[in-house]
Amino acid sequence: MNPSNDGRGAAAAVTEPRGLRLDPAVRAELDALYADYAAALDEARYEDWIDLFADDCRYTLQPRENFDRGLPLATLAFESKGMLRDRIYGITRTLFHAPYYQRHVIGPLRVRGAGIADGVEWLDVEAAYAVFRTRVHEPSEVFNVGRYIDRVLRDPIDGLLRFGEKRAVFDSENILNSVIHPI
Amino acid sequence: MNAPIDSATAVPDAAAGPDCSRVPFRRYTDPALHARELERIFYGRHWSYVALEAELPEPGDFKTTFVGERSVIVVRDADGSINVVENHCAHRGVRFCQQPFGRVKDFTCPYHQWNYDLRGNLQGLPFRRGVKRVEDGRTRIDGGMPADFRLEDHGLTKLAVARRNGLVFACFDHGVEPLEDYLGPQVLPWVDRIFDGRTLTLLGHSRQRIPGNWKLMQENIKDPYHPGLLHTWFVTFGLWRADQRSQMVMDAHGRHAVMISRRNEGGRSEVTQGVTSFREGMTLHDDRLLDVVPEPWWKGPTVTMITLFPSLIIQQQVNSLSTRHIVPRGPGEFDFVWTHFGFADDTPEMTRRRLRQANLFGPAGFVSADDGEVIEMSQQGFTQHPDASTVSRLGGTGVAPTDHMVTETLIRGMHAYWSKVMDA
Repeated sequence: MNPSNDGRGAAAAVTEPRGLRLDPAVRAELDALYADYAAALDEARYEDWIDLFADDCRYTLQPRENFDRGLPLATLAFESKGMLRDRIYGITRTLFHAPYYQRHVIGPLRVRGAGIADGVEWLDVEAAYAVFRTRVHEPSEVFNVGRYIDRVLRDPIDGLLRFGEKRAVFDSENILNSVIHPI
Repeated sequence: MNAPIDSATAVPDAAAGPDCSRVPFRRYTDPALHARELERIFYGRHWSYVALEAELPEPGDFKTTFVGERSVIVVRDADGSINVVENHCAHRGVRFCQQPFGRVKDFTCPYHQWNYDLRGNLQGLPFRRGVKRVEDGRTRIDGGMPADFRLEDHGLTKLAVARRNGLVFACFDHGVEPLEDYLGPQVLPWVDRIFDGRTLTLLGHSRQRIPGNWKLMQENIKDPYHPGLLHTWFVTFGLWRADQRSQMVMDAHGRHAVMISRRNEGGRSEVTQGVTSFREGMTLHDDRLLDVVPEPWWKGPTVTMITLFPSLIIQQQVNSLSTRHIVPRGPGEFDFVWTHFGFADDTPEMTRRRLRQANLFGPAGFVSADDGEVIEMSQQGFTQHPDASTVSRLGGTGVAPTDHMVTETLIRGMHAYWSKVMDA
């Protein structure tokens, strides 16, 4: 992201290369990873959600205004699998909230880079997402809209792709009351 | 969870005064009352929070925000002072500044290019003296403003501005008392304890839209009763619970307050008996989420929650610091804007700690997401039965400071003041 591009009318000051064309087999694996991610959250299968992260992982949910201005505050900022577990315990056992379904729709993946570092295969992936919220007795509403900016790693043990870093940067200027479940 | 609570009904009134322990639900839902609140409270002689100076470090830096429901621009002037002007053009009413933040030399409304300086003075406008044109060999002047049109009569609406150690407040009514008098000698030292003149650093913003009346947010942070009951993290980890040394401070009018407490070790005790949110044996998988390091300026308390009437909450919760700005949007909704900050002399580790602890607060916070949720549910209850009333009788029906937290005195204090302003 070019910080000088506020994305609200001013043209970006830089150009970017088009996304990488990947081996179709790897792209299919990536597509499956994101589909599994969305399904795990939408079906509240949180153990499965945690298992989509590498052992050394980061998860951030951040307002776009902070991201664009280089301000570090995030809505959620987890630096380990332990923190992901603490969040899941928090939302399932401690936080009181009006119950709701969420439904993730993730757009086509844009692969911005790929390589091997210290023997581990990595991919930098971006994707637009929209999350809809449906509360009891209420119609569905647009809840959170943004993009993922992720680092995906191939696990050297089982060979599966997992998130080393997942960053959800949301355009939504206001959170509709509260975010309980992960995005 | 009845045991520690029922006995409170026997507590005598803490002080003589009007009974503000029952508030009709319609006080939170009635559009006419809301309009009167805007006039008398938000646009009357009350200071409203508009910014941290750290948001506007350089001359020309501005932000747009709200006083009540009116959009205003907060801007740093060339001489370092801060001006607050209403965000609508004097000409056709256009809310001309649409950016949340930025840097400018002056303001120009795009519609007809009326141009204002950073103090809101009208500097010029196109075709003021008409348009000169030669027709059939004769020079003529078409149109223009009347001869008696004076630029100084058509500036932006200017608000009174008060600054204190990095906090910026504004008021539409220039007859408002000085900020220090407004806050009062009981509350001011607690504001100064956090804002003691150190340079602040801006960590970022969080915004949430909560479908509830704005007063409910003030009441939530004037309510020491709920944190150890609603919030598992507070009761389990001893961040806020009824067996702690604490103090409820209010100003002489009952409009501002501070809830002060000291963390204890948590765990099982009398105050956890029957409390369904208590989780004995709960531990964190990654305890960096609660890696509290005491700071010298705390001078004891680990938590101070300051409510400044009508629109600001200042939070110190262990190492996490924020201002929370309440922006009303009709009787049934408000925006809640969090500005997290630290200090210029923070180590990188302290900055990281403040950011980690921000996981507890904000729209997704372990101990604050459910506040927004219960406020929404209160509003739902109010809306369905406007003739019913709340009951806030913990600690009696009077209004007075206390040296414990088993009381709703601060809520009663705010409503006593509210009645005075609204009925005057």
